[in-house]
Amino acid sequence: MTEITKEIVAEHGLSEDEYQELLRVLGRVPNLTELGIFSVMWSEHCSYKSSKKWLKTLPTSAPWVICGPGENAGVIDIGDGQAAIFKMESHNHPSYIEPYQGAATGVGGIMRDVFTMGARPVANMNALRFGRPDHPKTRHLVSGVVAGISGYGNCMGVPTVGGETNFHSSYDGNILVNAMTVGIADTDKIFYSAAAGVGNPVVYVGSKTGRDGIHGATMASAEFDDDSEEKRPTVQVGDPFTEKLLLEACLELMATDAIVAIQDMGAAGLTSSSFEMADKGGVGIELNLDQVPMREEGMTPYEIMLSESQERMLMVLKPGREEEARRIFEKWELDFSVIGKVTDTGRMVLTMQGETVADLPVAPLADAAPEYDRPWVKTPIQAPIRGEDVAAPNDLGEALIKLMGSSEIASRKWIWEQYDHMVMGDTIQRPGGDAAVVRVHGTGKALAITTDCTPRYCFADPVTGGAQAVAEAWRNITATGALPLAITDCMNFGNPQRPEIMGQFVGCIEGMKNACLALDFPVISGNVSLYNETNGTGIHPTPAVGGVGILKDLAHMTTLAFKEDGDIVLLLGDLTGEMGQSLYLREIEGREEGAPPTVDLAKERKYGDYLRAMIEKGLVTAAHDISDGGLGVALAEMALAGNIGAELEIETDLPPHAALFAETQAAYVITAKPDDVEMLRGFALADDIPLHILGTIGHTDLKIGGWLTISLGRLRDVHAGWLPELMAGPGSEQE
Amino acid sequence: MKAAVIVFPGSNCDRDLKVALAQSMGRDPDMVWHGDSQLPPTDLIAIPGGFSYGDYLRAGAMAANSPIMREVVKKAAAGTPVLAICNGFQVATETGMLPGALLRNAGQKFVCRDVNLLITSQNERFVGGFELGEVVRFPVAHHDGNYFADTDTLEELEAEGQVAFKYAGADGELTAEANPNGSLNNIAGIYNKAGNVLGLMPHPERLISEELGGTDGRRFFDHLVNSIV
Repeated sequence: MTEITKEIVAEHGLSEDEYQELLRVLGRVPNLTELGIFSVMWSEHCSYKSSKKWLKTLPTSAPWVICGPGENAGVIDIGDGQAAIFKMESHNHPSYIEPYQGAATGVGGIMRDVFTMGARPVANMNALRFGRPDHPKTRHLVSGVVAGISGYGNCMGVPTVGGETNFHSSYDGNILVNAMTVGIADTDKIFYSAAAGVGNPVVYVGSKTGRDGIHGATMASAEFDDDSEEKRPTVQVGDPFTEKLLLEACLELMATDAIVAIQDMGAAGLTSSSFEMADKGGVGIELNLDQVPMREEGMTPYEIMLSESQERMLMVLKPGREEEARRIFEKWELDFSVIGKVTDTGRMVLTMQGETVADLPVAPLADAAPEYDRPWVKTPIQAPIRGEDVAAPNDLGEALIKLMGSSEIASRKWIWEQYDHMVMGDTIQRPGGDAAVVRVHGTGKALAITTDCTPRYCFADPVTGGAQAVAEAWRNITATGALPLAITDCMNFGNPQRPEIMGQFVGCIEGMKNACLALDFPVISGNVSLYNETNGTGIHPTPAVGGVGILKDLAHMTTLAFKEDGDIVLLLGDLTGEMGQSLYLREIEGREEGAPPTVDLAKERKYGDYLRAMIEKGLVTAAHDISDGGLGVALAEMALAGNIGAELEIETDLPPHAALFAETQAAYVITAKPDDVEMLRGFALADDIPLHILGTIGHTDLKIGGWLTISLGRLRDVHAGWLPELMAGPGSEQE
Repeated sequence: MKAAVIVFPGSNCDRDLKVALAQSMGRDPDMVWHGDSQLPPTDLIAIPGGFSYGDYLRAGAMAANSPIMREVVKKAAAGTPVLAICNGFQVATETGMLPGALLRNAGQKFVCRDVNLLITSQNERFVGGFELGEVVRFPVAHHDGNYFADTDTLEELEAEGQVAFKYAGADGELTAEANPNGSLNNIAGIYNKAGNVLGLMPHPERLISEELGGTDGRRFFDHLVNSIV
């Protein structure tokens, strides 16, 4: 038997204090299998030990929330006896090491989280962050990650309907791959993970267990160094075909009432799933590892328990239902094996070849999981930068052209054309809009889905940046006419043991909390990814937000595209001219400085509620929120989407470049029929909401009186051209 | 009218095809499992898109050898109309019901977008609802849609009016830019010699209402159902 030395403990990522705590809980020295189980259960990835204290402060309830954080995914009520079930999760570390498989298995994992709960996945989204465009690894990582997401999601037959992608040097050594899945279930057919019923069979279904992915969760809980690429063997390999079969088989079994509890085997595989099921149910579990379907011979208990082989599920069935369940899984040509039973001992007992190979107390191990109050320092606030503080460009039109072809704003079509975004036949708004809109199958209602975060704001001022991420998701949903309901989050940060990083985390959470409360937009699920650092340099703090809203009637939906000649263009909100952290400052002046734009949550709420009400009254023909690149970019995007120009006049006291390019929050560009403008203004006036007429849609130029005139053709060329040119660039790798 | 949709493990456009057929037929088609060896009585057999058997070995290769496909090939030879979309087209070429093969896209990437298709033949049953030379819009979504056949086969397909659709520009021009996958002669869909089997890469079942962004697919199915009834 392997002796547990200090070195072995350290290799498992446990600190000396944590090991002492382990000895206390167990009352003896663990064997290697037990140490392995402890190490993953107490890893940052599984235990949230650095973040738990702060996550608890986020609002998680609302009358429409059926299940908040803590289960495989969050659940909200969308009316008519239906629920939307969704979550976003990171797969950052594996995707950097092996981009195709890392991203693919991230998508597979998040879909399992959703269908484990009884939902059919109906939409996938993603939030991707890559290093600077000219970094030698960027093209390889972009093409691998996109191909991985495409390969897995397309084969599953679940549409990938949108997302966001940023490029910045802070991600050169740590890309972020956050994948989100939204599913639909009946509210009376939702499945949870708490094991129950002493003597009930514990059943393993799906793929066989192999030696892949061992210690993936531990890898995801450490910084990268120069040898990180040697960790490739800890990245799992995905098989979307098997997952498609697993999805159909699980949903078929879920249509019966044979399941007591179900949990997918994600990070830390069999260990994590069996422990969580036993802990949530307050019971014990006995597993006979000889019964675990294995891909290869000679696997040790340690390897079986820590394998992260994909496409596997653990279930507790009602007694006597095994054969009925077995028939379904055999029809779908999947492994099905009764591997143990629920006990009343409160212990997890593992046997193999007649011997007890681990015997651990469940509740004490879960309860004793470390929780840290890590020291943190507040991020220093930067001074605001006003329009007057920034030199005017030589040519406003050329500045807009440059922004439209910049890495943050250029079209992502090269990416989303690789995703099947139409399968399932319910995609109403395809990628490229403010939010994707996916019809609830067989009904006239739909979900609006978006992912948002502006990391450069979070880096400059975490509180404002955290609030802005939530507010932008809320705005993007609102701009389609939908009512925002809830969010999931993916908290991507550097090393929490550094007080300034911990300060970013604490600040972002505070901002998110404020925005969630002000906008009635609770957090119902999420995931934390820390240690996104390489050799001591952390990423920009990136609290990615995935938002979901409900559009009760598709007849009341808007898109961002300009619609018809003669429609009137209006600005809803006031231009503030705050230039700090704007893309204009970064792309034109080469400065990443200043305070991000103010987020006024009261205005957000008021203006957004007004817009939604006007859309519902049928008074709005197009709507788009102002974000990256400001008003100028918003107008250009609307013109390109509709393939119609506009003739506009902007009356303002601000310098023109500040009016056009400051990234004013709580503001939208909307269009309306000329006859409806008075009505819109009447409602706005009654609520003291600023609404300014900018001009009229028509022709093939975007013309802003006295400031710029640009042909749509030229705008389209720069906007569409940037990403394909980058990916085809010299020295690009062939897939 | 009765229709049967074949379902393989890994099919994922079976529901979409069912919805489109049901919309035009006014009743649901039968969904037939790959392991069955009998087809119910049917006036139309539809093979849907997806990744049958995970596209392992080669797209469509394993599905072509499933029990139900032996039956489909028999019925097709006896004249039952067969509509084979995307992965279904790949399966149909693997069984030999249709000539040629679908190779990896020339761009090496999966491609999902609307494409314009030129109607290049007069097959009353399948495209009688469109004019010869009309341009219609269906989406494509595939990784292996690059149609290939040897020169003799290509010449024969063209000469016999067996080319159903070609990728085209908005005005019907047959350009390389309009071709999403490198298919020879911009071929998007073909008939067998008898004209009762149509295989095509684009998905008419994805554009069957204004809400989804277009109705050319609806027109396709409405006509198909009418012509079979």
